[in-house]
Amino acid sequence: MIEESETNIEKNETNLELSANSEAGYEWIYKGVCVIVCVIIVGVLLYTASYLPPFGSADNPVNNEVSRKYIEEGMYETGAVNIITAMILDYRAFDTFGEATVLFVSACVVFLLLKDEVLASRIKIRENLILQNVGKLLIPSILLFGIYVILNGHISPGGGFSGGAILGAALILYMNTFGLKRTRTFFNQKTYGIITTGALIFYTIAKSYSFITGANHIESVIPIGTPGNIISAGLILPLNICVGLIVGCTMYAFYALFRRGEI
Amino acid sequence: MTVFIISLLLFLILCAVATAFTKHLITTVVIFMSYSLIMSLLWMILESPDLAITEAAVGAGITSILFFITIKKIDGIGEERKGGDHDRGK
Repeated sequence: MIEESETNIEKNETNLELSANSEAGYEWIYKGVCVIVCVIIVGVLLYTASYLPPFGSADNPVNNEVSRKYIEEGMYETGAVNIITAMILDYRAFDTFGEATVLFVSACVVFLLLKDEVLASRIKIRENLILQNVGKLLIPSILLFGIYVILNGHISPGGGFSGGAILGAALILYMNTFGLKRTRTFFNQKTYGIITTGALIFYTIAKSYSFITGANHIESVIPIGTPGNIISAGLILPLNICVGLIVGCTMYAFYALFRRGEI
Repeated sequence: MTVFIISLLLFLILCAVATAFTKHLITTVVIFMSYSLIMSLLWMILESPDLAITEAAVGAGITSILFFITIKKIDGIGEERKGGDHDRGK
């Protein structure tokens, strides 16, 4: 397959050469260097990939004591049936905090760069009857599905990030169907600021508490509950909700700022 | 099942190559969306449904929407230069 793609590249390049014959000069040097660099990189990557351990083998280096501990004791230590959520929001919660902060900072930068009130006043969305009727049916179900994925993050597959992306998609659909004015009645710049900063601050406080108690071997006040219930797994459920809110609002803010320069 | 996985992988490589070689930008984004969908099916087969959901929501949904807006903005700039005072928003 890779050889085929390379021959394709070469074919395209000969076509280009034929069309741009008049401005020849040093063009062929660039093309030759391009092909050589591509071939070398593909070769190096394939050579490295041949040293990877076989997929699914029991002696692989990934099957060490860390994953064994997560799989065997994750449910008793965190109370989450879904081990991946237990890893993301309990053992490795600091990484998730970094991800949420990255999203927040990138939304701020997009806000600084793309805020454009002139463009926002110029664009008007046409009223579309089909889209509105379909939207009335679809948007509540998409929102409900997003909330389900977030709230069941510690029981079934899913969690804050994917559920938040689904919520953001529902908000984007709502804005396209009913216009910016109606979206602004419940979601504007002020709400965005309050929700995202509030969620980040709650995340920081809650996780700092559990880090301090965990590092000093102090008993935490937050109960783990019975694994499998909706209200269980200690801090994982509220943290999932926080991450979901941040991701959903940021996705929508990206879209609104890209599309019309305003939330 | 193996035939299914092999055909999915072949289609994945085909999509990746086609994304690079399509001239029309919107077609490229649609092919990229199908690439993400196949990737999410493959995550599902590899028994990681969490990644599959995220890939379907972010890769096929949000990223493509952002790509579409960007392409629309680029085309819009070209139109404005050609057509002078042309209001594309109505």
